[in-house]
Amino acid sequence: MSESTNPSPPLLRVRNLSTGFETPRGLLWAVDGVSFDLDQGRTMGVVGESGSGKSVLVRTVMNLLAANAVVPDDGEVLFRGRNVRDLDAIEERHFWGTEMAMVFQDPMTSLNPVKRIGRQLTESIRFHLGLDDDAATERALELMNQVGIPEPKKRLRQYPHELSGGMRQRVVIAIALSCSPKLLIADEPTTALDVTVQRQILDLLGRIQRETDMAMILITHDLGVVASYTDEIAVMYGGQIVEHAATSDLFEDLAHPYTEALLASIPRIDLPSHARLQAIGGRPPDMVAPPPGCRFAPRCAYRTDECEAAIPELISVADRMHTCRCIRPLVSHRDVAEAVVAPNRPGSS
Amino acid sequence: MAGVGEAHLRTDSTPLLSVEGLVVEFPAGRQGVVHAVSGISFDVLEGETVGLVGESGCGKTSTGRAIMQAPRPTSGSVTLDGTDLASLDAKSLRRIRPDFQMILQDSISSLNPRRKVKDIVARGLRVWNRGSRDEIDAKVREVLDAVGLDPEVVGSRRPHQFSGGQCQRICIARALVLDPKLIVCDEPVSALDVSVQAQILNILRDMKERYGLTLLFISHDLGVVKNVSDRVIVMYLGKICEVGSPDVLYANPAHHYTELLIESIPHPDPSARSRDDLFGRTAVDPPSPIDPPSGCRFRTRCPAAQERCRDEEPQIREIGPGHFVACHFPVERSANAAAGPGGDIAGE
Repeated sequence: MSESTNPSPPLLRVRNLSTGFETPRGLLWAVDGVSFDLDQGRTMGVVGESGSGKSVLVRTVMNLLAANAVVPDDGEVLFRGRNVRDLDAIEERHFWGTEMAMVFQDPMTSLNPVKRIGRQLTESIRFHLGLDDDAATERALELMNQVGIPEPKKRLRQYPHELSGGMRQRVVIAIALSCSPKLLIADEPTTALDVTVQRQILDLLGRIQRETDMAMILITHDLGVVASYTDEIAVMYGGQIVEHAATSDLFEDLAHPYTEALLASIPRIDLPSHARLQAIGGRPPDMVAPPPGCRFAPRCAYRTDECEAAIPELISVADRMHTCRCIRPLVSHRDVAEAVVAPNRPGSS
Repeated sequence: MAGVGEAHLRTDSTPLLSVEGLVVEFPAGRQGVVHAVSGISFDVLEGETVGLVGESGCGKTSTGRAIMQAPRPTSGSVTLDGTDLASLDAKSLRRIRPDFQMILQDSISSLNPRRKVKDIVARGLRVWNRGSRDEIDAKVREVLDAVGLDPEVVGSRRPHQFSGGQCQRICIARALVLDPKLIVCDEPVSALDVSVQAQILNILRDMKERYGLTLLFISHDLGVVKNVSDRVIVMYLGKICEVGSPDVLYANPAHHYTELLIESIPHPDPSARSRDDLFGRTAVDPPSPIDPPSGCRFRTRCPAAQERCRDEEPQIREIGPGHFVACHFPVERSANAAAGPGGDIAGE
């Protein structure tokens, strides 16, 4: 987010990135003018509902797009100073795995069902690091220990269907980590898993991220997941980042009405049972013909006519790190509200 | 957990649905038998929402389907409003099917893609000859309107023209149209975004009030289950672990499995983040339902497991008003210290 205050460039710099898809109804802008920086050793959470563009964003960053995708030239993805979009096919193959790696949502479909785990795990090790079979197997066993797979020798000879969902996701993580990438992108890595297994996998990713000091982008629709495991959060809506802040700032001083509405719609276990949920009315915008102004305006509780005049810019609220795409960010409402309420609450800290 | 016993059944009133000794088994080829549900009993009172929660493979969906008699359970009885469904022949069962309906997780694939929405919703009424064409039309309009869809606009469309949340509304309308006594909801909001999930949960609540529904709500999501339920049943590997009202059960889980589930939920508040690794405690996979552990089925993952848990299956017993647990050594908390672990066990 922040303009570089330190002289060294960030690990990943994304500027004004847009991705569109040709559809029968016209061009659909799934990602629309996204910019952010990510430093080494940081974990960024990208939150949003289905169709908000979060998966397309990271696929564009990885250069893993379908043939009907359109990426305008003024969008930039600079990874360690190099524009990812300029890589040719051969450079790209050496780039994936060693520089950036990705963990997908469904471990069953991202593993090859007719190849043994060992073969899939050593494939990229042999290709990228040029190790022979024995050395690659050695490294594979090491990785399996690192991701907490019991009986690794036996697992190497098994097929994906012989493993549980959590174990398969550990294998996928091991493959992603095999060539020590600088950036790991995890796209909904735990959505298909049970809550206890989710906790294990997120703890595992967090531990490995701290040990290796790599950067991580964690994509999820679950605000609970990002709250516990990230340093900063970007909230996406309608292909745009609508709020971006350090994790603690976002939850303390959320500024965008969409972030507020998203949080209020979660059935939290600390709420009493039968509490009525604050559903967000309406539907996400049609990205072939998005609303003219703020994309969230049609569903927003604080909407004014002004909101529909033009797309709001990302502006700083509170401090420079915290930005929000809203002409009337909530922080200002709350300051006013608290100033009125505060004298009546002597006991509050 | 092992949960045999019937201490949690309510004898003071006649339940609408009463499930006793329900067993569901599936053949697993040469490997033997999958014990999906192993002798569970519970009851649902009229107008109540009972939540059934647990990890995948715990038998919650098999329980829901066994109640629907699709397929029929291996053994045990399912009594709906005085009729034992399991003992009915196919013809009589079909005749009372309108009384119990089901809402499934994947709403889009549970709607016929080639039919118009109004025909999908009207189907049950036509099959059962419930009224004239005009009466059926009026009823379809009423339920579509009740779930927040405009009958004029949506009636002639087909399912592919709707989003997941809207398809789930259509499924709810279809279940409502026959005025059922019981609706089994199997993960009705799991495939939806949180904002849409909240809409559907609110609709289910409104429909429950408006039509006096009784719901069995199956979900893996503890937050959702807490929000909708009057009573929560926690299942693990085909057995009941713990039963209680949501506010008591979530505040003071007595079963170590319930505690693990609740602790595993990531909290949407970074100040509450607990970075203490549950890693060591949970790295074990659940055992296979083909060969479940002896005694308490949770003992292989339980931090409090002792020898007795291997030898003896715990009985469900009451540890507080309306709060039941099947555990020899329940989680100790000051709130329910009265029924501490030393107390009676085998109330057999």
